[in-house]
Amino acid sequence: MKIGVFICHCGTNISATVDVEKVAQVTSKLAKVHFSTTYLYMCSNPGQELIKKAIKEKGLDRIVVCSCSPSLHEKTFRKCAEEAGINPYLVEIANIREHCSWVHRDKKEATLKAIDIVRLAVAKVSRDKPLVKTYVPIEKRVLIIGGGISGIQSAIDIAFAKYPVTIVERESSIGGRMARFDKTFPTLDCAACILTPKMVTVSQSQYVTIYTCSEIEEVSGHVGDFKVKIRKRARSVDINKCTGCGACYAKCPVKVSAKFDMNLGLRKAIYVPFPQAVPNVPVIDRQNCLWFSAKNASGGTKKACGLCKKICNFGAIDYDMQDEIIEEKFGAIIVATGFTQFDHSVYGEYGYGKYKDVVTGLHFERMASSSGPTGGKIIRPSDGKEARDVVFIQCVGSRDEQKGVPYCSRICCMYTAKHALLLKEHNKDAQAYVFYIDIRAAGKNYEEFVKKVQDEYGAIYLRGRVSRIFEKGGKIIVRGADTLSGAQIEIKADLVVLATGLIARPETVKLAQMLHIPYDQNRLFTEAHPKLAPVETVTSGIFLTGACQSPKDIPDSVATASAASVKALGLLLQDKLEKEPLIAKVDRNLCSGCRACVVACPFNAIDMKEIEDRALKCKRDVAEVVEGVCTGCGNCTVVCRMSAIDIEGFSNRQIMEEIEAL
Amino acid sequence: MINPRTQELKNSRAESWEPKIAAFLCNWCSYAGADLAGTSRREYPPNIRIIRLPCSGRVNPLFVLKCLMDGADGVLIAGCHTGDCHYSEGNYYARRRFAILKKLFEFLGIDPRRFQMAWVSASEGDKWVKVVKELVEEIKKAGPILAKS
Ligand code: FES
Repeated sequence: MKIGVFICHCGTNISATVDVEKVAQVTSKLAKVHFSTTYLYMCSNPGQELIKKAIKEKGLDRIVVCSCSPSLHEKTFRKCAEEAGINPYLVEIANIREHCSWVHRDKKEATLKAIDIVRLAVAKVSRDKPLVKTYVPIEKRVLIIGGGISGIQSAIDIAFAKYPVTIVERESSIGGRMARFDKTFPTLDCAACILTPKMVTVSQSQYVTIYTCSEIEEVSGHVGDFKVKIRKRARSVDINKCTGCGACYAKCPVKVSAKFDMNLGLRKAIYVPFPQAVPNVPVIDRQNCLWFSAKNASGGTKKACGLCKKICNFGAIDYDMQDEIIEEKFGAIIVATGFTQFDHSVYGEYGYGKYKDVVTGLHFERMASSSGPTGGKIIRPSDGKEARDVVFIQCVGSRDEQKGVPYCSRICCMYTAKHALLLKEHNKDAQAYVFYIDIRAAGKNYEEFVKKVQDEYGAIYLRGRVSRIFEKGGKIIVRGADTLSGAQIEIKADLVVLATGLIARPETVKLAQMLHIPYDQNRLFTEAHPKLAPVETVTSGIFLTGACQSPKDIPDSVATASAASVKALGLLLQDKLEKEPLIAKVDRNLCSGCRACVVACPFNAIDMKEIEDRALKCKRDVAEVVEGVCTGCGNCTVVCRMSAIDIEGFSNRQIMEEIEAL
Repeated sequence: MINPRTQELKNSRAESWEPKIAAFLCNWCSYAGADLAGTSRREYPPNIRIIRLPCSGRVNPLFVLKCLMDGADGVLIAGCHTGDCHYSEGNYYARRRFAILKKLFEFLGIDPRRFQMAWVSASEGDKWVKVVKELVEEIKKAGPILAKS
C-alpha cells in the first residue's frame, strides 16, 4: 500500500496557523505513507495536476488530501484521483481548515491537531475499498411547493424546456403574496399587471399541473425518485365543470371578512379570493357556509341554504366532495413556500395590535390597490375616513434579537418608501413621516427611488425609534426621538403603518422534516452553501427559491426561481442518476438471518432472500440490501449481532482504525 | 492489558496532561455545524478529534468503548436535533442506545462525564463551540482516564 498525503496551504487560510511543512514531514513517516507534500492551492488546476503526477510517478494507490471540509472539495479530489487512474473512493479528506486552522490561534497546538487529523484520515483511507458508482433511473417530472411568484416562475421555466411540472398551492388560487400588492418598487409597475400574465401562462401550459387548496402530506424516496402524497382539500366546487361565471358568489347570502384583503373588506362564503384568480373557480368556506353549518348542526333542524347549488347552471357545486390524497412521483422538488409577516402584537410600544388604525404594510397594499376593499383610498380602518398624516415605522420585528428576528428583512425600507410615495399619489394633501434606523436601499435604482420619495414627494424621514403609540381624541399619537437633531417628537397621526419583517411560515419545520432539508435558528431553509450553492439544499434533488430561504424582493425571488429550475432541469436531462455507492452491504456468510436490520432500517431497504448454503448443505434466509433504496445511514450496522452488515466507506473496520489512530 | 500505543500515550502525557476527546459527528447537521464554526472563525480548545459518520445512528456503542480503552479521555456523539435527522430516525435510535450505555458506564464505575451527547444543527456553529468548551472543561475536571486505570 502506497498512500500519498497532499497538504494544502489554502493561500494562508491553513498555513497561517498550521505549519504545513511540519505536517508533511511528520506524516511522511507514518507507516504506509509513501509520499507527502504541500501546495499553495491543492484544488486549483496546477494543484490537481501535482496530485495526478505524484500518483503516476510515485505509484500511489490511495490518497489523503488535507484541506477544507469534504463538503466542499471531496468530489473534486475524487475526480482528480479517478483521472489519474485510481478508484475515486480511495480518497479521504482531512479537514484541517474548518476544523483546525480556522478555529485555533496557537500555531503549535493547531499543527499538532492537524497532524492528528491527517493520521485519522490515513488510517481511514488504508481501509477504503474500491467502489463502483451505481445508477438509478430518474422520474422526469418536477414538483414545486408553493404557487407564489417564485413557484410560478420556476414552473414557467421548466415548462419551457418541455418537462412536466406540478405546482402544489395551499390557497385556492396561485399568485401568492404578490397578488396582494398594489405597485412594485422602484418602477411602480402595477403588481397585478405583471403577475397575472404569468399566472395565465402557467395555467395554460400543457406541461403544468396545478393543484390548489392542496398540501404536501408525505414525502419519501430520494433524488430522481421522490414519492409524494398530496392532500387536495375538498373545494366543494368541481374545477372541471365550473366556468367561473360568478353567479354563485353573487347569490350567496353570507358575508365574512376577507383574509386576502387583510380583513379590510368582505367576501362571501363561496368566493374567489381576487378577480384574477387562477384557477378562476370559487371555493366554499365550509366554516361559514350555511349549508354546512345546517348539516353539522345537531338534529339537522336548521334549514339548509343550498342557493349556490340551485343557481349553478353547470352542476359544479358539490357539497359532498371529500379530501383526496394523490400519490405521484417526481425526480426533483423545488421549495417555494415563501414567507409570512411578523406579528407585531408582541410590541407594547405599538399598542399590542389593539389599535385599528395601526396597520401593517400589507394592509396598506390592499388599501392602495384600486381593486382592493377601499377602492384605492387610504383610509382609517376605525372610521373609514381618508388618512392625511400617516406615520410609517420601519424595522418592526426585524433586527430585534429580543422580540423579533435578528436579521434585516431587506425589503421593508423599499416598500415603506413606496408606500410614502403612493400615499401622496392617492391624496395630494397627505403627509408621510417615516421613522427609520438605517435606510437599506441596496439594489438597482433603489437608492435613487428613496431619494425621490424624500425630495419630490416630501416624505419626512426621522432617524430614531418610536417609544410609544396611543390613541387620543380620535388620533393616534406617535412619540419618538429624532436622534439626528436630538429632538423629542410627537405626531398626531391618522394612520400608522408598521413595516413588519418577513419571517418563516409556521409550517416550515414540518415541511423541512418531511423533505429532510435543514433550516436555521430563524426557521428559514438552509442553502447548501451560502455563496456558491444558494438555491441547492444538502439533500440532492431539492432546491430552494424565494423568501423561504431568506427575505427577498421580487427580482431576487424571480432570479432564484429561474436558478432553481435550471438546477432541476440539469438533473432531469441526465439519462440516469449517479448514486454514491456508500451504502450497506451484507456478508452472507456471516448473516444469521435474524432480521434485526430489516426492522431497524428507516427506509425498508433490506429484504430477506433465500440462498443455497453450500457449506451447510441447506437453504437459509439472509438479508439483502436494495441498492436503489439504501441511503447508507448505517443504523442497521449497529443492530447486527454478527457484524454481517456494514457500510461501505464508513465500515466498522475503518472507524476502529480511526479510533486506534486517535 | 494496555496496548503499546496506549502505554506510549500514557508516558507522553505524564506531566503536561491535556485531555484528548473523540467526537462522532453526523455528516448532515453536526459536522456541518462544526464547519460553520470554522467558517465564522470561532475559536475553541484543540482537544477534540472529529470522526465523521453518516448519522448518529451509525455510532456503535463499541466505538465509544474502544475510544475510552484506547486512551481517549472523553467521547462525544453529536447529531441532528430530534426530528431533523437526515434519515428520519437515526438520532432516536442513537438517543436510546446511548442512554443505556451511559447507565452501563455508571454501573461500571466510569465517570459519566466522560461520555456525552449533543444535538447540534448545521446552523449552530456557536452551539458547537459551546459544547466543545464545556466538554473540555468537564473532562479536565474528570482527569486523565489512564491515571485511573
Ligand atoms: S443524520 Fe444527523 S443524526 Fe441522523
